[in-house]
Formats: sequence, structure tokens, C-alpha cells
Amino acid sequence: MSNKVLMKGNEALAEAAIKSGCIHFFGYPITPQTEVAEYLAKRLPKVGGLCLQAESEIAAINMVMGAAATGTRVMTSSSSPGISLKSEGISYIAGCDLPCVIVNVQRGGPGLGGIQPSQADYNQATKANAHGDMHVIVLAPSSVQEMATLASEAFDLADIYRVPAMILADGALGQMMEPVDFDAKESRELPEKNWVTNGHGGKRKKNIVNSLFMDPAALEASVIERFQRYEVIKENEVKYEEYMTEDADIVLVAYGITSRICKSAVIAARAAGIKVGLLRPITLWPYPSKALGKLADTAKHFLVVELNMGQMVDDVKLAVECRRPVSFFGRTGGMLPTPDDVVEEIKKIAGGIA
Amino acid sequence: MVVFDRPKALSDVPLHYCPGCTHGIVHRLVAEAIDDLGVVDKTVGIAPVGCSVFAYNYFECDMIEAAHGRAPAVATGVKRTNPDTVVFTYQGDGDLAAIGTAETVHACARGENLTIIFINNCIYGMTGGQMAPTSMPGQVTTTSPYGRDRKIQGSPIRVCEMLSTLDGVAYAERVSVDCPKNVLHAKKAIKKAFQNQIDKKGLSIIEVLSTCPSNWGKSPIESLEWLRNEMMPYYPLGVYKDIDAKEEDK
Amino acid sequence: MNKVTFNVDRCKGCGLCVTVCPKKIISLSSTNLNQKGYHPAEITDMSKCIACAMCATMCPDTVIKVEKE
Repeated sequence: MSNKVLMKGNEALAEAAIKSGCIHFFGYPITPQTEVAEYLAKRLPKVGGLCLQAESEIAAINMVMGAAATGTRVMTSSSSPGISLKSEGISYIAGCDLPCVIVNVQRGGPGLGGIQPSQADYNQATKANAHGDMHVIVLAPSSVQEMATLASEAFDLADIYRVPAMILADGALGQMMEPVDFDAKESRELPEKNWVTNGHGGKRKKNIVNSLFMDPAALEASVIERFQRYEVIKENEVKYEEYMTEDADIVLVAYGITSRICKSAVIAARAAGIKVGLLRPITLWPYPSKALGKLADTAKHFLVVELNMGQMVDDVKLAVECRRPVSFFGRTGGMLPTPDDVVEEIKKIAGGIA
Repeated sequence: MVVFDRPKALSDVPLHYCPGCTHGIVHRLVAEAIDDLGVVDKTVGIAPVGCSVFAYNYFECDMIEAAHGRAPAVATGVKRTNPDTVVFTYQGDGDLAAIGTAETVHACARGENLTIIFINNCIYGMTGGQMAPTSMPGQVTTTSPYGRDRKIQGSPIRVCEMLSTLDGVAYAERVSVDCPKNVLHAKKAIKKAFQNQIDKKGLSIIEVLSTCPSNWGKSPIESLEWLRNEMMPYYPLGVYKDIDAKEEDK
Repeated sequence: MNKVTFNVDRCKGCGLCVTVCPKKIISLSSTNLNQKGYHPAEITDMSKCIACAMCATMCPDTVIKVEKE
């Protein structure tokens, strides 16, 4: 029997971090992720850890860098405008090959934007976290359970590949309450951390954590080595869920909170006699391009639904390689579509196909 | 009998600094302090962005290269997760007093148990001689070609004076490396700043008045004179805070 | 006799040691160039050295080793 507890998404994520051995957190308050820090501020001192409120997002991510450099499991969380501030640090952490977990509970933008749920940071998370040739692993939960499971998974992936991992959630997932089972995730085998800077103890050579290369050939070699690791990640770590896609004429593509709306839309459209399915990417980087390409063999049309003006739709188009039409439907600014809104879009497409 | 030899914590490699640049003296003093206290095996140094960016190559302890100005935050992350380490940052005036002001002030306010070595040479060295937050009034730099005008560029920041107002600071002293006597005193101050950390007293910052002959457009010897004649009157040497001294006064 | 040894190829010829020597026995070589192309510091009269190590104290490149008899 599983031990399920009812929790908010943000709190489930925070508790999962602790259960994954992360007892150090550095952050800065911002809506709608504040519960992560508040929960950890209560819990971490009781488990011998530390939740430190930094003077800024910039300082927080650099504290994460220092902690990560010592081989300590460490996390920070923020929301869209705060993630922009963390960009510099994320680039350095990626350049230094340090593992850590960064949480973005997305809100509407640009600028100060709003505080309601959004997926407008997709491009930032998957393509342009910061300057330089780099990626972070991006995991997109769609339930409170996944807020916990994927947080644990993020720590393992970060350690295995020495790449920062991001949980790309949204205000709705962060705030909603659902039952969660913290024993749901199996632990993975982790490599030894022989690169840490925590005092060599006279037992090894000094280690240097650094992203500076004055020799362009050395920098290129370092970036190429990192991209070889990225290729392994793309090969081994892509995660997605398919729902009623086998016979689907129209395949919806959505992640996070939007995928739940789309699931309802699939059921409603099927009831109306339209063969619809859903592909839900769980990893946004690496992206399930192969799975989408395969679906393009059978599906006639793709409909991408996002809480933005159309960002992931570009990745779907690339995956489908112009073999099938790819449509987009989105709301932005913190507005959520209803399942009926999505069904309307499906009907428009179905009319075209028929 | 050997009276003077290179400290073991200083890596046996050539330094990249220009001839007569006093960064090298301060590097040596830091290494001597680490040796004297016997802590090279548990020390983690944080290098800045600026002329001393390559400091990670020059010390025999573990080293981290931080982003510009962020060394105190990185140091906080190291120290808070590994309280038994000895953590120092080595930062220039642009790094510590311009782009990293927030990180500096708040590490001090939190009383992070760290040692900060702050090199004040009134200029951005690495990028080729631009105005620093500590550049002197009237000082000609590539970005203040008509001299620093207080009405336009404001006044130089006296870092030790400013930080000494914060409760988390255990020890703040401004020293100089312009002559052997001052170098020997700077050594004492730097060693004390490390000892304070070992004794868990809080944050210690040593501001070192230093030279930049290349970007000042002066010979190494003239540079030391300029330091004495121009910098010292504006940046008086001395102890700005010492929690030990206070206790004795009581 | 006291002994001052220079790691000649590390010397950048900045001259800080020259000015602080109380016995005025250090000068920059007028004839020699080191690997880096600098005129390195050298001792003109070792017998006058008092092993005070002021030269080494001021040397930014830790070029100087001082030994006392």
C-alpha cells in the first residue's frame, strides 16, 4: 500500500527535494513559488539543513553554485522574472559542469507580467537559459505527484550528467492540492563526485571549478565534451506520455497544466466521434522529437496547446518535419483555456480533415 | 638558514601580472597566512573576475572561479554547506565595490564566516584601465578621460568605512603594500582575517591599497609613490572594526 | 656569507627590490635579458647583504630566496 498525503504542488516538490537528500536551499521570495521556500524554511532546520533567503536571485543562484561545487545537493526556486535574474549564474553553473536543481513556477510575462499560471518561459528554459552554448535538463510535471517524482529525478539526472536540471512548473501546479506518494520514484545509480572543491584534505590534487578558457581550442573542446553528454541525455532520458494516440487522426501536444485540459478535451472530442489523442512531453529538453516524428506516420494533424503565444509549437514543427500540418492554440497572460475551447479548435481541424 | 622562501600554498608557476603589479605581493601574503595556519588542505578560494581572475591557478588549495562580483555569494554557498572549510574570496574594486556591491554588503550583514581579500587599486585592470568605483577624484582613466568628476561620476567608495557599520563584520582593516613595513603589517592583518574565520568570529575583510602601473601609466616605483601620495589620504590605513578590540575596551 | 638567490626567469625587472635594499646592492642587469625579455635583478656585492629580506618582501613575483649564514 502506498502512503499518500494531500499536499500543494510547491510543498510536494520541496518535500521531495528533502527526501532526495537536498537539505540546502537558497532562494528569494517571488509569487507564485513562495511556498517552496516557506516550506523548506520550516523543514530544513529540523533535518540539519539550511534554507537561506538571499539578497537577490542573482546571489541565490551563486550560493547554489558554491554549494554545488562542494558536491552538495542543492536547489533554488523562483518564478519567471526571478529566473531571468538567475540566467548569469545558470550559465556559469552549466559552464562549470555543476549539478543542481532550479525550479521555475512560471507566471505570465514579459516584464513584471502577472502572477497567474503561464508557460511563456518555454523558449527560455529549453533554448536560451543564458549566454553561451549550453542546455539544462527541463522536466515538466503535470500533477502534484509529478512535482515530487520529477524533483527527485531532477537531482539524479543533474548528478549523473553534471548538468543543471530545471523543473518547469506553473502557478496552477504549484498551488493545487492532490495526493502524493513520496516512495513512487526508484533511485538511480550515481557517479562518484571526484571533482568537488571542499578542501582537498591533503589526499588528492587541488580541484578547480571554472568556466574560463583563454585558449579557444580548449574552450571548444570543453563545449564539445559537454555536448557529447547532451547527446547521451537525448538518447537515454527523453520522457513523454501518450494518451489515445494509436488511432488518432488529430494529436494534441501539450505539457504541464495544459496537458490536463487537453486530456479532458480528448475525452470530449472522442465522445463527439473525433479520433483525438495527446502526446504530453515530460522532458522538454531533451524533447520527444522521435515520438512525434513516429506519430506523424499515422496522425493527420497536430494541434499544440500552450499557455503562451506559441513557443513549443516550433519544436513540434521541427519534429514533424512538414509532413503534417501543425496548428497552435494558446492563451497567455495567466488565462487558461477550457476543455471546450480546445474541443472547438479540434472541431475546426476535424472539419478540414473530413 | 633560510630567511625567506616562497610559501608552499603559492603554486610554483609564473604569475601573469604586469611587472611591478602588487597583486603578486598580496597573493604571497595570502599563501603565507594559509601556510602559517596549516589550513591549505581545507581551504577553498574564490577567484573573481578582474585581473586576479586566474588566481585559481596560483594557490594550492581547491579553487572556484566565480562570476563578476558574485564571489561572496559563491563563498556563502561553500561555507554554509561545509562549515569546516576555510573560505576566502579575492576580489578587486570593480568586482567587490561595483557589480558585486549587493553580494558584498549582504555577506557582511549576514556575518558570513568568511575572509575577504579586497584589492583596491582605483582602476579596472583587466579590461584596460577604466574608471573604478574607487577611482580618485580627478583620476584620468579610459572612461574618465577628463578626470573623474564628482558631479558626473560621483565620489569614490570607502569600502572599509562602509562595511564597518554592519554588525556581521568582525574585522575590517585597510592596509597597504607600498613598502616592506606595510607589507609585513598587511601579512599580520591577512593572517588575523583567516584566524578569525577559524575561530568562527564572522566576516573579516582586508582592503589592500594596491598598484596598477600599466593602467596608471606609471613606473612600478612611481606607482608606489602615487599610492602613498594620492590614495592614502583619501583611504586612510587602519582598523575600522575589530570585535576583539571592542571587548578589550570594555 | 648571506645569500640571495633570484629565480631569474621569473623576474619581470620591476625594480621594487632595488629601491628597498638598505645596502643598495641590487640593480637591474644592464647586460642580461631573461627568457621573458626583462633585465632581471641581480646582486652587485653579496658580501654586503644583511639578509634583511626587504627585497623578497616587496617582490611581486616571489622570485627571491634569502639565506642567512
